[in-house]
Amino acid sequence: MRRRLVAGALLALIVLAALVLITTGLVGAGNIGAAIRDLFGSSAGGRGLGFQPGPEPAHSWSDAERGLIASLSLDRLPPLPPDPSNAVGDSSDAVALGHALFFDGGLSPDGAVSCSTCHQPQSYFTDGKALANVRDIDTPRHTPTIVGIAYSDWFYWDGRRDSQWAQALAPQEAAIEHGGTRTAHARYVLENYQSRYEAVFGPGPDLSDASRFPPDAAPVEDGAKLAAWEGMTEADRGAVNRVFANIGKSIAAYSRRILPGRSRFDDYAAAALVNDRNRMSELFSAEEAEGLRLFIGDGQCTDCHNGPLFTNGTFHNIGLPMPEGSRFDQGRTLGTFQVVEDVFNCLGEYSDAKEEACVELRFIKLEGEELIGAFKVPGLRNVAETAPYMHNGIFPDLEAVMRHYNHAPPAFPGHSDLVPLAFTEEQSEALIAFLLTLSAPPDAPAELLRPPADQE
Amino acid sequence: MRVRLLACLLAAALVFSACNPVGPPQASDGMEMEDGMSMDMSGGSMPADSLEPQTSENGRFTVSAVSRLDPVVINETHAWSLHIETADGSPVTDAEIAIDGGMPEHNHGFPTAPRVTENLGEGNYLLEGMRFNMGGVWVLTLEISSGGQSDTVTFEFELK
Repeated sequence: MRRRLVAGALLALIVLAALVLITTGLVGAGNIGAAIRDLFGSSAGGRGLGFQPGPEPAHSWSDAERGLIASLSLDRLPPLPPDPSNAVGDSSDAVALGHALFFDGGLSPDGAVSCSTCHQPQSYFTDGKALANVRDIDTPRHTPTIVGIAYSDWFYWDGRRDSQWAQALAPQEAAIEHGGTRTAHARYVLENYQSRYEAVFGPGPDLSDASRFPPDAAPVEDGAKLAAWEGMTEADRGAVNRVFANIGKSIAAYSRRILPGRSRFDDYAAAALVNDRNRMSELFSAEEAEGLRLFIGDGQCTDCHNGPLFTNGTFHNIGLPMPEGSRFDQGRTLGTFQVVEDVFNCLGEYSDAKEEACVELRFIKLEGEELIGAFKVPGLRNVAETAPYMHNGIFPDLEAVMRHYNHAPPAFPGHSDLVPLAFTEEQSEALIAFLLTLSAPPDAPAELLRPPADQE
Repeated sequence: MRVRLLACLLAAALVFSACNPVGPPQASDGMEMEDGMSMDMSGGSMPADSLEPQTSENGRFTVSAVSRLDPVVINETHAWSLHIETADGSPVTDAEIAIDGGMPEHNHGFPTAPRVTENLGEGNYLLEGMRFNMGGVWVLTLEISSGGQSDTVTFEFELK
């Protein structure tokens, strides 16, 4: 009896040892071995986390998953469409002029502030600060990147502008940003960039009569600047607006050239599309692949962070905490009214678009509880390089972002579009590991990523 | 002896079960390229003519809705064609149509404010400004008024 027991136990031991060898990949390289490893890999729940069954299960995707992964790839990004509201958007002369203006502190009264003060090329056109800040005064919002932003329909976190060129104008007159005025900037550009301006737009108006064109006139809160602006004739205001719009259109011609570069994720997506698991395992660790699986699956991240730029381009409230001492930020609720009233919008007289081309503005959503406290979904390319996070810069790192998504507190006012993910620490780390694969230097001519040679 | 037999059977069962492929069948290498060509890579889509004509809640109208963008994909603002008939099949040429809809499961509406911009005649209408910003189940509701009568029709569909 005892001998039989011993024999039975020995046999069970041999079978067990064989299974262990196969699942660890030490023997059984063929399909059967792979099948057994798949079985044990998936039953471990973590698909390679903690339990390391080799590269195969981590990179095993269904057809639907491979399609979804491909939908996020730069390979699916169409060529940049023209901006119908900006007739010079693709003019190389306008790019050169805009390039110079982007880095020119002359577009501020003290010469201290240019677009590049906050949108710094070496930081993916962000500034690394929680809130945009020039001259030691915080603005209410975090500086977003401009890489790939040309594909957007709306600009600013609340979408209060509807083109890159209209957006480029607003900070120039914001008191705590450039702090300038459109009469000063129009005069500055016509004087300092005369031939380059004329090459793009033809001769500008004569602004030399200071009684007709005050040095600092703009429709802003500042009483003196506003009074000066309102004292001008409608025709003279129009002439200044035209030059000011052209400044924006030149800056937009430059900034729309700054596109996202190909990241490790994009190579992985290409390998996933043809189901090349060897290539996939060369490109992504099991943890990164697990992060991708969570991103397109249980994390529901692709509800909003979808498409090749990882954004649906619309506005959502995600119940963010507010910085201490700050007031509730209405976000899109106010942004809609501001863009409709903006004289530089797509339907306005300074736009080059025909009415039917202004589809987004014509069908803008103006009402709905979901607009309250809603902000534009940021793209996630280079997300690891552009901390801090959110419109109010409330999270210093991706770990803090993950904690928010894991807990997802309700929003007040408004309603949060999040559901708590309640991911484990390992899952949260995997998701972050995946996000790190989205980094790549911007895709733009090298000379556009630094000030023009004569300004250095 | 019986125990040894049992152990042998058990071992045999284990070995043979290992020989059968388990889990979802894996596509062979040869299929993958062709697969890649036909795969949906939009992140959420459906054919333009996916919606079956619907009868309104109180049976007054029969409505069909076809996207002018084919396939319908996420993140692209586009137009639809509507066709409205009475219950007896005659076109409704004077309808006032109010549009609503969204994702009930997510508690949000359309990201745009779509509206009927043109009466194309013979019961046809142009619906512009349609946009879907994520995959999943959407509803499109039309509140139709004609000849002093109103009725509501709802389409439900999934972008996947």
